[in-house]
Amino acid sequence: MYGSMLFITNITSLVADPLSHEFMRKALLMSSLVAAVCGFLSSYLTLKGWALMGDAVSHSVMPGVVVAYALGLPFSLGAFVFGVGSVALIGFVKQKSRVKEDTVIGLVFTGFFALGIVLVSKIKSNIDLHSILFGSPLGISLSDVKQTVFISLLVLILLSVFRKDLILYCFDPRHAKTVGINVLFLHYLLLTCLSLAAVVGLQSVGIVLVVAMLITPGATAYLLTDDFDIMTIISVISAIISSVFGIYFSFWFDLETGGSIVLVQTFIFLFAFLFAPRYGIFKIKKLFSNY
Amino acid sequence: MDKLNYKSYRIEAENICVDYHGKVALYDANLRLKAGQICGLVGMNGAGKTTFFNALTGFVNISKGKIRINGESLKIAQQDQEIAYVPQSEGIDCQFPVSVWDVVMMGRYGSMNILRSPRESDIQAVKDAIERVDLMELSSTPIGNLSGGQRKRTFLARAIAQRASILLLDEPFAGVDIRTEKLISELFIQFKNEGKTILLSTHDMIHVREFCDLVLLINKTVVAYGETSEVFTPENITNTFGGMSPDVLFGPES
Repeated sequence: MYGSMLFITNITSLVADPLSHEFMRKALLMSSLVAAVCGFLSSYLTLKGWALMGDAVSHSVMPGVVVAYALGLPFSLGAFVFGVGSVALIGFVKQKSRVKEDTVIGLVFTGFFALGIVLVSKIKSNIDLHSILFGSPLGISLSDVKQTVFISLLVLILLSVFRKDLILYCFDPRHAKTVGINVLFLHYLLLTCLSLAAVVGLQSVGIVLVVAMLITPGATAYLLTDDFDIMTIISVISAIISSVFGIYFSFWFDLETGGSIVLVQTFIFLFAFLFAPRYGIFKIKKLFSNY
Repeated sequence: MDKLNYKSYRIEAENICVDYHGKVALYDANLRLKAGQICGLVGMNGAGKTTFFNALTGFVNISKGKIRINGESLKIAQQDQEIAYVPQSEGIDCQFPVSVWDVVMMGRYGSMNILRSPRESDIQAVKDAIERVDLMELSSTPIGNLSGGQRKRTFLARAIAQRASILLLDEPFAGVDIRTEKLISELFIQFKNEGKTILLSTHDMIHVREFCDLVLLINKTVVAYGETSEVFTPENITNTFGGMSPDVLFGPES
């Protein structure tokens, strides 16, 4: 009896104690918000087949972040310009050369990424390379919080307003075009949201891992449902759970936070991969019924 | 040509050319179709059938020539929901998490508000369309769980829900079951009586003879065009298929 009481007290303090630190509360809130944005977008990206594009954009924002910091501009602005710029450049090189698309994507984003790393080493400032590469949700500043909230709300509003158009764009762009919907606008809208999500995502998990925030929740949800709306909800929830648990694990065991968050996401995916009722390897539903 | 006469054509494509990054896919193609006409689009793989459809839906830009729909520009036709496209199954991600109902509702998007929230009339149009293709009991089924024929009927229902006057169908009979084939054939007769204009591509020569008033034979450009009875001759077909004898293609009976 006494033992189990002690156990419960221990659990409560394990969960509650970190919350007494302001940086932990801030990290949990901000990361959950970022996770919601990335999770929402994730269901579009996985269905559109834009995983590699997400990787490209998230790496390409690096020099933008560095330049913006050096010039005293909001880092989201620099990141956005380079994110969209990289996609434009990918499109241009692909059209003007015989090199295949995935090669061009790899080529362009590594180039930008390298430029970012070189710039960091050359521009003397207080930029912490480590926090850009691996995220620093525990050390988020007030101006970063404002930017993150603003961008997150913007992306959430855009994705909500154009939700059905974007589903149609991912599913059957030719039909969208035929019924007079502006497909080019939707293409750039999704791209813009991708760049913005990459910008806020890199605070949580860093540039190197932000692509996981953009594809893993959507891929997990895709294994669990055949309904787009439910897929989006699952994606958002799994992303938020991953962020919360990832941050707790990093606090309890003194782990790198970004890596910890992504690792939880990966485990959730693995679980769905094995045990999803319909599309998992073991199709656990079959154990209970003949469905 | 006076205005009235000009307007009497549903589809008017004049000397259209399409090239993809300098590679010519279609050149100097002409087509004129009126209300209530069914036209078969026949050609080899890579002859430009899908390109022709892409041009008529506005999915690719034509580099030369002119397309008029009901005497107006393509843009206006798109806004007025005049053209519906029924894709080939291969052009669609069948695992996409949407139901039959969702897909058919997409036929109404063009005439909805920006949030695409369905009105009573949209819901009724979707119901009617799903009933006409006999899929009511499957309306909440994800498209990934449908057979090829059921999926084809879903996209046909989307075109019906759109209430377009022009239907473009890419291989409507490819990979469908007998029941679906019969249902589509019956729908075509109904569409014709409703005054819709239909352009369909097909590999099946029997279908062309069965219900196409007109036939358009293409091989990068128009090889022959006209009434099926006059144009659909073994010589023309041989020319369309790059010199291969029609015997090889569809048996000595043809």
